[in-house]
Formats: sequence, structure tokens, C-alpha cells
Amino acid sequence: MVFGRRYRFAASHRLHSEKLSEEENQRIYGKCNNPYGHGHNYVVEVRVSGPVDEGTGMIVNLADLDKFVEREVIEAFDHKSLNEDVEAFRATVPTTENLCKEIYERLKGFPLAKLERVRIEETSNNTFEYAGEEIPDCGSVQ
Amino acid sequence: MERACVSSGYPRCIEIGGQTSMVYLTRKIEFSASHLYHNPALSAEENRRVFGKCNNPHGHGHNYTLEVTVAGEPDPVTGMVLDLKELKTILEREISDRMDHRFLNYEVEELKGQIPTCENIVRVIWKLLAPKITQGRLHKVRLYESADIFAECCANGAGPA
Repeated sequence: MVFGRRYRFAASHRLHSEKLSEEENQRIYGKCNNPYGHGHNYVVEVRVSGPVDEGTGMIVNLADLDKFVEREVIEAFDHKSLNEDVEAFRATVPTTENLCKEIYERLKGFPLAKLERVRIEETSNNTFEYAGEEIPDCGSVQ
Repeated sequence: MERACVSSGYPRCIEIGGQTSMVYLTRKIEFSASHLYHNPALSAEENRRVFGKCNNPHGHGHNYTLEVTVAGEPDPVTGMVLDLKELKTILEREISDRMDHRFLNYEVEELKGQIPTCENIVRVIWKLLAPKITQGRLHKVRLYESADIFAECCANGAGPA
């Protein structure tokens, strides 16, 4: 059984790679390379799996998941500049692909259920998902 | 006065039973921008107390949704209050080109010296758009900072002069 819950945070970022020239950065990232950055309301969907506990009828108490996500992700990212305020993005470009992986890494240690997948909506048109090294078929539930 | 809403691909609202056949035409755009709240007239502690995490020095960002409503009578020949393509061009030129993928505090001239709250941004947007809408008249501008928060300016004295 899989349980999914959505979380929200607002943050800014700038897409700029030190490995590329100014011109290449501008060509590849376009307006996302603007020097002062820009921002998004990110929506993060976290999916965890596990057996349904007979006593509670739940995979996991959502208050426990909330507390964990709040501590590991929301406190670190909400109302922050991803480039300036998050250590992981000092040397890595904070694309939402990389953000997905970073959030997955932060949440995979959740002790009360197995993390299956992290899905991020950067805008209403752009979504990204990461499920560890292998991405199972969308929608499949193991 | 009765009100009826009809939809034909974009929202329109027609007043029925009155003197007018005024139509309200709304177009929506989205843009992404960053900002921070900081008033240099306040101490660091006061800024922190008043603005909370919105005062974080490197800023943060949002996906803004802007809804612009134009009021007018449909042209008897075209059936339009104004050409939606023209409205789109105005919104791109005046708003998206200025604000999309920008840091509002540092890169938007019209917001210089102001705290870029949703309230102040929507007021700037009203002032930018009102003189550009020459077919029909600007009726309402609503700016969503997130799905749950918006600020709006309206015509008929409810908006800024």
C-alpha cells in the first residue's frame, strides 16, 4: 500500500553552471540564468509504502511524516534561496531534477515507512519525479 | 440585478435585466519571480519581527498568477470586447517581460523603493496596464502569490487612481 502527501514551499533559484562559459550558461538556461534569480511555489509530493498496521489501519501516521518532512525539507528550503542557503546547491545547479534527488536523499531515511518516490511540481506545467536509481513505471504500486 | 455567467473558452460575465450589456473578459498569465521584504527604515530586529521568513536576506520566490479583467461592450462586428491576442501582447510586454524570471526588488524599476508585497505589486500592475487598455477599460487586476493568497485592484473607485 502506498500513501502520498503533498507539501509546499516557496524558494528562489538561479540556473548557472560554473563549468560553462557565460555565453553557454545564457544559451542553455535562458532567462533561468538571469543573475538575480527568480522563484517558484514548489509542490512536493512524497509517496511512502508499507503494510497497513492492524491496530491503526494506517501505513504511517501522517503527523509523523509531516514532522519529518518539515524538519528535513521545509525548514531548509522554505523562503530560501536554493543557491545561497542550501549547502547541496553551492556546487550543483539547483534544477528541479537535482532538487528532486536532494529531497529524495533527505527523506529516504524516514524510519516509519519506505520512501517510494518524490515528485515535484515546479510550476503547473513542469513536474519531475525521482524514485532512487531506478524509476519504476509511472503509477505502478509494488 | 441578476447575474449570469457564460463560458466560451474564457470566462465572461454578463449582467442581465439592467441597462447594460457590459461584458467582463478575463485573461490569466503566470510568471515566476523572487523577492524579499526588507524596510531599511526599520532595524534588523524589527524587519525580522514584522516580515518573518520573508525577510531572509537571499530572498525566495513564487509562481505568480495574474488575472486581468477588462470591461466593455462587445463590438457589434467582431463580437469582442477587445482582441485577446492584443491583450496577450500587452500582458507580455508590460508584465511578463518586466517581471518573469526576475528578482522584483532589484530588477523592476517601478517597484524600486517599495516592499514588493502582493499588494504593492498588484498596484504597480494596475498602473502599468490601465493606460494600455484602450478598447474597453481595465476593470480588475488580481494577483495570486500562491493558490491561497491574492491581492486585487478594482475600478469604480475601489482601485488606485
